[in-house]
Amino acid sequence: MNVFPLPAPLLRALDLTIDYGAAGKTVRATHEVSFDVYEGDRFVLLGPSGCGKSTLLKAVGGFVQPTAGGLLLRGRRIVKPGPDRIVVFQEFDQLPPWKTVKQNVMFPLLAGGAGRKDAEARALHWLEKVGLARFADAYPHTLSGGMKARVAIARALAMQPDILLMDEPFAALDALTRRRMQEELQALWEEAGFTMLFVTHSIEEALVVGNRILLLSPHPGRVRAEINSHQFDLASSGSPEFQAASQRIHKLLFGEAGHDEAAHADAAKAVHALAVHS
Amino acid sequence: MSARFQPAVRAEYELPLLPAPPAAAARPLTWRARLSGWLAGAGWLRKGLLLIVLAGLWEYAARVANNDLLLPGFLQTAEAFVAGMVSGELPRYVGVSLGVLLQGYLAGVLGAFVLTSLAMSSRLGRDLLETLTAMFNPLPAIALLPVALLWFGLGKGSLVFVLVHSVMWPLALNAYAGFRAVPETLRMAGRNYGLGGLRMVTQVLVPAALPAILSGLKIGWAFAWRTLIAAELVFGTTSGKGGLGWYIFQSRNELFTDKVFAGLATVIVIGLLFEHIVFDAVERLTVRRWGMQR
Repeated sequence: MNVFPLPAPLLRALDLTIDYGAAGKTVRATHEVSFDVYEGDRFVLLGPSGCGKSTLLKAVGGFVQPTAGGLLLRGRRIVKPGPDRIVVFQEFDQLPPWKTVKQNVMFPLLAGGAGRKDAEARALHWLEKVGLARFADAYPHTLSGGMKARVAIARALAMQPDILLMDEPFAALDALTRRRMQEELQALWEEAGFTMLFVTHSIEEALVVGNRILLLSPHPGRVRAEINSHQFDLASSGSPEFQAASQRIHKLLFGEAGHDEAAHADAAKAVHALAVHS
Repeated sequence: MSARFQPAVRAEYELPLLPAPPAAAARPLTWRARLSGWLAGAGWLRKGLLLIVLAGLWEYAARVANNDLLLPGFLQTAEAFVAGMVSGELPRYVGVSLGVLLQGYLAGVLGAFVLTSLAMSSRLGRDLLETLTAMFNPLPAIALLPVALLWFGLGKGSLVFVLVHSVMWPLALNAYAGFRAVPETLRMAGRNYGLGGLRMVTQVLVPAALPAILSGLKIGWAFAWRTLIAAELVFGTTSGKGGLGWYIFQSRNELFTDKVFAGLATVIVIGLLFEHIVFDAVERLTVRRWGMQR
């Protein structure tokens, strides 16, 4: 395999430590997490609940301030939410119910100061792309879960953000619809070419959706491994290689539990232990 | 494995997918089904029938009592009502009452909006709203009338003061509860698009909290209406121009009991009109259309 010199990363997380206050005490969500996302990446944050993957995404979104470490987008520090990083949430109520599908897609464009005509044209373009042009004038409460997810994706893509942040966007959908959405997302990526950071707790979804996966261990979230998954898609999800990759991830996340805990007694040892095991 | 509950193994089969029968969806309903559907939808008809029955009972009771001074009948009241309407006497009183009511109501709504905006933007504002509503919401607005009379004298000022008091607290309480119940995801989406401050309030929080705000407006309207009538009953006329409450009070003094009943009926009718025409239309055009309320 050829190794090219890497370009400058689009998004850098440097020794990111995030604490949050809950019930009067602070809980550490992530501990010294570092990763780089490059232009065009479908970068997946994968881990069990409690590994801080959603918190990491919220930090990239600018909603959560890290306790230590830095987050750089195109070399600039992230300090607050902004339309250069659009989030697609898991919850269906991310779509304002008082706006039609088209108005929903136009909403961030208008908030960003785009002209009404221009915003409408772009909204219709992206609704066409996700196959919802016929429902442009429908209100969200009349749509199915999969259609709501499509509207949210169209709304995010219409903004043409530097990076698309997806917080378990398909977790609330049924299994068949989720599969369809993974397929459609892949097709959109091939056609439109965007960069995304995708949070999931499903190993299969990570392998299918992503080209690079960051594995996080829980309590607090620490980097366990970073692996490639560009070779997999939905068609190869039954293949022996896919199964092997899936088992490797499973072992990294859940295997050798007792051994793992002892090794992580403190941070310095943890880094050492990781280096030895991997 | 136990063989006792082994289900029989059956042959598999596959069918070609036939086109769905086209006529099945659009079969005309029988006249019976249509009639019952129409009846189920015609709430006004059922309620109208109920009203007619109640009016009949009232008329019957009045004839049995046979005392015009204590209990005029439905027909007598209706006569007084129509006469009052035709002579322009009742509309004049209604006009005075509604004029004062609108002023007080709008001022109260404005006050509630300022108070909730403060509560949404700072910790201290929240404490202020919580303390003030806890203190004043349970206090009947009419109880402030003596103080209002002392401060503003016998006139419109006192009426507006008690009206503001009757609208502001319940509305602020409802709107604040509505704002707090706005889904976190929606707020985060708003911040994501760079919205903040007043733009966040008007473009995200107010529409998202509209069901609660509307219910606060409705409660405020009812409170204001009854406070106004009560206040007018207490001190009546302002510079020669009284409202509906004054009309009721005055008619009782002159022992026109049918006019008293006509005045009461007017209060009820105006309340119903606003509830069913104004607020209903607003709800139909907004929250029900958006699927935020059934």
